[in-house]
Amino acid sequence: MSAMHSHADAGHEQHDDHGPAKGIGRWLFTTNHKDIGTMYLVFSLIMFLVGGSMALVIRAELFIPGMQLVDPGFFNTMTTVHALIMVFGAVMPATVGLANWMIPMQIGAPDMALPRMNNFSFWLLVAAFSLLILSLFMPGGGPAAGWTLYPPLVLQTGDALPLAIFAIHLAGASSIMGSINIIVTIMNLRAPGMTLLKMPLFAWTWLITAYLLILVMPVFAGAVTMLLTDHFFGTTFFSAAGGGDPVLYQHVFWFFGHPEVYIMILPAFGIVSEIIPTFSRKPLFGYDAMVYATASIAFLSFIVWAHHMFTVGMPLAGEMFFMLSTMLIAVPTGVKVFNWTATMWRGSLSFEPPMLFALAFLFLFTIGGFSGLMMAIAPVDFQYHDTYFIVAHFHYVLVPGAVFAIMAGVYYWLPKWTGHMYDMSLAKAHFWLSTIFVNVLFFPQHFLGLAGMPRRIPDYSTQFADWNMVSSIGGFGFGLSQLLFVYLIVKCARGGARATAEVWDGALNHGLEWTVPSPAPYHTFEEAPVVK
Amino acid sequence: MKMVKRALAAGAASMLGATPAMAAWSDLNLRVGVTPLSREIYGLHMLILWICVAIAVAVFGVMIYSIATFRKSKGAVPASFDHSTTAEVLWTLIPVFILVAMAIPAARTLVRIDDSSGSDLTIKVTGYQWMWQYEYVGEDVSFFSKLAQASNEARQLGSGIDPATVPNYLLDVDRPLVVPQGTKVRVLITAADVIHAWWVPDFGMKKDAIPGYINELWFNAEKPGVYRGQCAELCGRDHGFMPIVVEVKVRKEFDAWLAAQKAAMQASNAPATKVAQAPPITDEQTTQRVANAE
Repeated sequence: MSAMHSHADAGHEQHDDHGPAKGIGRWLFTTNHKDIGTMYLVFSLIMFLVGGSMALVIRAELFIPGMQLVDPGFFNTMTTVHALIMVFGAVMPATVGLANWMIPMQIGAPDMALPRMNNFSFWLLVAAFSLLILSLFMPGGGPAAGWTLYPPLVLQTGDALPLAIFAIHLAGASSIMGSINIIVTIMNLRAPGMTLLKMPLFAWTWLITAYLLILVMPVFAGAVTMLLTDHFFGTTFFSAAGGGDPVLYQHVFWFFGHPEVYIMILPAFGIVSEIIPTFSRKPLFGYDAMVYATASIAFLSFIVWAHHMFTVGMPLAGEMFFMLSTMLIAVPTGVKVFNWTATMWRGSLSFEPPMLFALAFLFLFTIGGFSGLMMAIAPVDFQYHDTYFIVAHFHYVLVPGAVFAIMAGVYYWLPKWTGHMYDMSLAKAHFWLSTIFVNVLFFPQHFLGLAGMPRRIPDYSTQFADWNMVSSIGGFGFGLSQLLFVYLIVKCARGGARATAEVWDGALNHGLEWTVPSPAPYHTFEEAPVVK
Repeated sequence: MKMVKRALAAGAASMLGATPAMAAWSDLNLRVGVTPLSREIYGLHMLILWICVAIAVAVFGVMIYSIATFRKSKGAVPASFDHSTTAEVLWTLIPVFILVAMAIPAARTLVRIDDSSGSDLTIKVTGYQWMWQYEYVGEDVSFFSKLAQASNEARQLGSGIDPATVPNYLLDVDRPLVVPQGTKVRVLITAADVIHAWWVPDFGMKKDAIPGYINELWFNAEKPGVYRGQCAELCGRDHGFMPIVVEVKVRKEFDAWLAAQKAAMQASNAPATKVAQAPPITDEQTTQRVANAE
């Protein structure tokens, strides 16, 4: 990795003659990976705020016992749409945006391999989420059966159902196109000398993620299409009365759903694997092991799905298999955590905002890993299942896990994108507020779950009052802190101290993206660099 | 913003009204429960929790040490090593052994949970939107159980009733399930409309109620008392409002109770006979039953 230096960064700035188009057309018709990356990232930030507002409706209603603000049906819509937006609208597009910006620059490619499809896949996503948000205003209310859309409950949805299903189809098509693009780019456009095992970890984790997406998105599309035909065309795939099986849906859904959680976390692993070496001023420890661990996690993700369904009444052998296979995931995940720690060992650490977020990721993702291991134990999961313990678990791996890694990535690459350094003290304030409040928000939910509070309830028994109030305070604190993040990004895009090409002290040893000027010119690597 | 203000105002009001008691240990951890299985599950939970804590202390310790020691600001000079086969083999193999050590007791418990043979009493539980039906199989006793009236009034949007004044708010029903103490009770679980899940934390067990399928679980409650749980699978608008209450009675009291129920059921089924202590099956429930049967 450290041998990765570019020779061909001499002639970048001469190629600006066909720069960005003017006006709105630039964004509507662009085929430039940087523009499309920016649009994905802005879209994801907007969705993060929309989904976050829904979370605040949930936390406001749960602030004290009793129903104060919303109808229970609307509460269910909020939990459902919050999850759908955060998963498909915020986290996934953010990692796709980072991939669009960074993968061509990391592997020395001039652009993505299929630029027009790149544009199409972004605008499909906008269409998908317009439909999903429109579904909130349909007669009968928005989708309210949980993001897992379990039948038969989901078939009680009103006119929102076809809209939500079509939104999922579009978002899925968008993801598949994005994945094909990433795979083709990585397979075909690597610079001479950039062998697969020299690629930065972020490109590696995305390559594996892209394969996961292509394998499971059609499965999900199939499952929701069967919901559609059950609802409108008289089929009974998921109705026992017609010879179908409601549990079949859960198997199909989680065959998609479990790889889906790795689709969200693997790119995050990649980002953290870029940042920790840079700010430890040391090469990544165990690069090969990191690649193999990522591949093992991806493989295991296909054989563990039914651990989401321990209470559906599987045969003993099934529960045993899914318990043991799930426990196995701890091994490659442990390897990753140990390798990141070993990367810091005897390094020379500095604590700029990207490193702070990566470190918070390291600690807090690991906590989420521990609760995940606890829930792998099937007999104990009979108690944890569908309580706030699982809510705490998946928020730990998704918020201070995936979301913090994405923020770390934004703080890492923002100067490269804008050409300006951002306000470091503001970024550190954002870091500390987010880290403190995210724990105030989610840690007490472990207690609530263990004490017996089920998830997805709009009101609760008074014994759960204290920790719900603490959690809600954390929720509002975390939500409001994100406004700082928005302000900081806007401020950095508009101006600030000039960033150097290397941006971070010693970053030149950690990737081709640091060999091009900041801001990165509209076209980079039109002549491929040679990687030694 | 308006919503936030209202929530904060309501929160402040509730804090002035009644200071919430400080959370006790029992509010932070899993319940030990009152069945042999729930105790075993609790033991497993604690075992795995402590293993995780031990690993966390070790791993976080190394991370914190690195962060404190190898700082550029302290003039740390980076080493250049990038792998160590010994370390990597060790931290792949050691977790495997730890996992095996966890898996063995877990698998044993799983086998015991699965064995519902030799039960003395079978109860069929059916989930409805949004109540439970209990049928004592072979005893000709069955009734519905739904959220108690006081909770139901207090939980309406803007009811103005302080939940703290309602006994067992949201965890109380009109008619609890009654079971005998020290008896292996087998519970058959199904649903009439959508998926529900029947869960009493003190019994250590939770199982989905799925329309068209019959699941089972068993428990053997050792201590008489009242145990409360909730539906644990999202089942629509009032998912949060279909609690489960189980009353465990000593055998003699249970037998007397069952006999009284039987007599009452027969009396209410026989036309033109009116019995004062007949179980209050309301019109609403009967209608619901008919609707669901269709």
